[in-house]
Amino acid sequence: MGLVHETDYGTPASKAEKQVTLTVDGFEVTVPEGTSIMRASMEAGIAIPKLCATDMVDAFGSCRLCLVEIEGRRGTPSSCTTPVADGMVVHTQTGRLKDIRKGVMELYISDHPLDCLTCAANGDCELQDMAGAVGLRDVRYGYEGGNHVKARDTSGEQNARWMAKDESNPYFTYDPSKCIVCSRCVRACEEVQGTFALTIEGRGFESRVSPGMHEQFLASECVSCGACVQACPTATLTEKSVIEIGQPEHSVVTTCAYCGVGCSFKAEMRGEELVRMVPYKDGKANRGHSCVKGRFAYGYASHKDRILEPMIRDSIDQPWREVSWDEALTFAANKLRAIQFEHGRESIGVITSSRCTNEETYLVQKLTRAVFRNNNTDTCARVCHSPTGYGLGQTFGTSAGTQDFDSVEDTDVVIVIGANPTDGHPVFGSRLKKRLRQGAKLIVIDPRRIDLVKSPHIRAAHHLALRPGTNVAVVTALAHVIVTEGLFDEAFIRERCDGDEFQDYVEFAADPAHSPEAVEAVTGVPAEELRKAARLYATGGNGAIYYGLGVTEHSQGSTTVIGIANLAMLTGNIGRRGVGVNPLRGQNNVQGSCDMGSFPHELPGYRHVKNPEVRSIFESLWGVEISDEPGLRIPNMLDAAVEGTFKGIYIQGEDILQSDPDTHHVSAGLAAMDCVIVHDLFLNETANYAHVFLPGSTFLEKDGTFTNAERRINRVRKVMSPRNGYADWEVTQLLANAMGANWSYKHPSEIMAEIAATTPSFANVTYELLEEKGSIQWPCNDTTPEGSPIMHVDGFVRGKGRFIRTEYVATDERTGPRFPLLLTTGRILSQYNVGAQTRRTENVVWHEEDLLEIHPHDAEQRGVKDGQWVKLASRAGETSLRAKITDRVAPGVVYTTFHHPVTQANVITTDYSDWATNCPEYKVTAVQVGPSNGPSDWQTQYQELSDRSRRIEAAE
Amino acid sequence: MRVILSEKDIAERTRAVVEAHSELKGPLLPILHELQHEFGHVPEGALRVIAEELNLSRAEVHGVASFYHDFREAPAGRHVLKICRAEACQSMGADDLAGQAETRLDITFGGTTSDGAVTLEAVYCLGLCACGPAAMVDGKVVARLDAGKLDTLITECGQ
Repeated sequence: MGLVHETDYGTPASKAEKQVTLTVDGFEVTVPEGTSIMRASMEAGIAIPKLCATDMVDAFGSCRLCLVEIEGRRGTPSSCTTPVADGMVVHTQTGRLKDIRKGVMELYISDHPLDCLTCAANGDCELQDMAGAVGLRDVRYGYEGGNHVKARDTSGEQNARWMAKDESNPYFTYDPSKCIVCSRCVRACEEVQGTFALTIEGRGFESRVSPGMHEQFLASECVSCGACVQACPTATLTEKSVIEIGQPEHSVVTTCAYCGVGCSFKAEMRGEELVRMVPYKDGKANRGHSCVKGRFAYGYASHKDRILEPMIRDSIDQPWREVSWDEALTFAANKLRAIQFEHGRESIGVITSSRCTNEETYLVQKLTRAVFRNNNTDTCARVCHSPTGYGLGQTFGTSAGTQDFDSVEDTDVVIVIGANPTDGHPVFGSRLKKRLRQGAKLIVIDPRRIDLVKSPHIRAAHHLALRPGTNVAVVTALAHVIVTEGLFDEAFIRERCDGDEFQDYVEFAADPAHSPEAVEAVTGVPAEELRKAARLYATGGNGAIYYGLGVTEHSQGSTTVIGIANLAMLTGNIGRRGVGVNPLRGQNNVQGSCDMGSFPHELPGYRHVKNPEVRSIFESLWGVEISDEPGLRIPNMLDAAVEGTFKGIYIQGEDILQSDPDTHHVSAGLAAMDCVIVHDLFLNETANYAHVFLPGSTFLEKDGTFTNAERRINRVRKVMSPRNGYADWEVTQLLANAMGANWSYKHPSEIMAEIAATTPSFANVTYELLEEKGSIQWPCNDTTPEGSPIMHVDGFVRGKGRFIRTEYVATDERTGPRFPLLLTTGRILSQYNVGAQTRRTENVVWHEEDLLEIHPHDAEQRGVKDGQWVKLASRAGETSLRAKITDRVAPGVVYTTFHHPVTQANVITTDYSDWATNCPEYKVTAVQVGPSNGPSDWQTQYQELSDRSRRIEAAE
Repeated sequence: MRVILSEKDIAERTRAVVEAHSELKGPLLPILHELQHEFGHVPEGALRVIAEELNLSRAEVHGVASFYHDFREAPAGRHVLKICRAEACQSMGADDLAGQAETRLDITFGGTTSDGAVTLEAVYCLGLCACGPAAMVDGKVVARLDAGKLDTLITECGQ
């Protein structure tokens, strides 16, 4: 198997079209103009010695090892900083060059410890490699003079230049004694990650890498993305796991299971032990970059809380009983069949997981459609991006984003609305920031001052800090300005959109009631600022809109998505690189779980169950009749459970008790059911109400595919055997077979074959093609056999683009004297979703509890001090957490995250939801805040319940 | 006597200095110079404010400020004596003078006398190679330094 080798070309690729031919050591090589000699040479297979160059960052020219001689030019220029020229004749190895390199290496080694045998980087050290490459045999300079290597000099005196290791970051160490000051880490932090947390302090021999202002890594601005560790050519910055375990011996390329960016990683292994995750440069979503979650936060997979044995119990007040897989599955199957016998076919259902693979999701919805024989399937996308599916489906004809992530490199104006990419989608955030530093303009529409509004080298041209819940009014006002000031792209609209609907929309948008001035009182956005933003988007070149859950999780979520689509069509920003409408998906496979027919009204490929031709495709393959009646959505399942008509549920990889709104209602629904089957890694909050627990497998333990926010189907590859015994798709198959289904899938590729055979947009997808291409963006069929990076290129999928009126209707959730503040929720960089995984990793050092952000003015009025416990109450319930006083939020708005179950932020949120899709309105809740002594009654009671229901009976 | 400034004063004054240089294209060095001139050093608190105001990271500002020896982290003594230790002056006996200064002041290079009167620093070339050894006292250069001259200079500095 071995390690997956990635060639380091030394400098980034040139995008120039003109080709240049040169000769390197007698070999002719043709490369794009602007390529460095170093890269051209590497493309010819000739590796020029180097230390400070790596192809993730721009050339720097400081190490003086990559010098070459060029015929007709004087001196020995560095090959990394010298661009190629036509007819150039380059020599990389001459007597003169060899002498220079040996001399330079000798100096490097004279201030570097000679502990190679016991060094963590042994076998993976570029300094070691270069010493070998230049043939260094002897170092004439001793350590008697000034050095950074020895803690004490020969007479026992402290060496003032020596610095101790910085172990403050939980995942990597900084050992200054091994540093050669090549600056690669500093440049990676700046150019790749865009945080600028590192610098070289001092000068000359005193130069040192410094996080922040000579701070510890953890205290500095560092966000622990790992780019510096990856860039370091020595053991100076090293993963603690490598120090502990040793060098990996083989690696497998797979896909991260955190957010919807879908980064490709090399899982570097020693046997079945994961040594480290290294971002994969050929990964088309991440291009070799990572964030703290994907790079480091995989420890949950081997956390002691993970449940590895199936468990059952008759009622939730009993302790769990560990049983065999057979017994658990038979128990579950019998219960489900008994419920259906007594309460009818519609009385049970499933929830598919956006954390699991496409193949697993496909099987779960197949379970309900082919085995339960109803359409009661829903997924967590219900509570996040269901309005995206609806809105983009209605306007463009496909329920997905229009671009690939590379497209951002050609964007001139970016609108980020209701998203916080630097925290929620960090790798995309870094790619966006890179483009912004190159000069693209940014408009942020968000109630909160997110990092993109202002952080080092990034400043939004406009920040429209709207009141939560007024997205539609703001988006329509933007359209008003574009329409009334004549900034729309008439040619585009004439050619690609429906004319009558456009006329109707223009009439609607031009209404003075939708002018920025008219809505200012409602939205809180200064009219002039909004007008400027609209003009910038409409006239600033390629305009792209990126949005997140701040758009969808509202009572008018679908309307805002439609409004965004209208803006893109109005300005002709669809169908080429650099433009488009881009939903930033929350979970790794939320796109995939929607594609796979997880919704109760849709079969795979977004085709309605009413449609007999579609049903017949599946009916003939599955040999059963499929119900033409759309099934229940999650909130309806819970309602029906409370009413007593819905009795059993199989929940794969989702914690609805913590993640879904109005916790009291969710718990009442679950408590009313006779058979709750939770299939998960951990005893999550939902499992407190479960009767059967089926242990799940992690993304490291199975094969399959995830589909990311850019419709990219990425392979997930098994790197270790499932610790629980079965991959999740196998568990679903076992459950189906326990109910008599007779499925016989041997590998997820067989499931993908079934998906391709039944779903037109996946028609040509096979594991062989994925192997060959690395990844594919659907639609992938006979028309687009290699997939579709950008959609709607020559016209909209639905035919003509459709403008739809977007009337603003205020949410029913309003502030009043009792609840005068608006709560909105979000997440932070180091934690993920309900935190089930990230809370079980060292990431807790960055975020150990959820905090309530409150403006100093509101805090002072209520006598709330920073760090103090406060009570947060809404019409739905109350909870307690600590306050953080900050002007990131506007007066009248408070903000918190929902990563920790003890906070139970969703006790507060209401059951209002999107009119079209029932996506809950997490982002707006009227609340009151007041000082408090500690946890609320609900929190204490819930803690007791939670402890009680998590008991596991001792084995006999 | 210099007045001891609170963090708040430093922040306010720094903001004003940054504001005054806001029209410049690369304002960081002029700002650091002005603060050095104003406070006699560049306080750490000022660096944080500069980073915030110029939209740079703390690391970047620290990297620049620490590159230049003349941007001090702490105030110098009332007088600053710099002795050139570069090659030309060394060949004219500057090393002996350096040793004499250290002994007389009872400090090493980079140090300040305990009464805060004199800070002794090395400098690498004052451009007076033709008439070395050279030194600089409070910004004024002194050429053809010898033991007697150095003694007088130190005495004049209040030692």
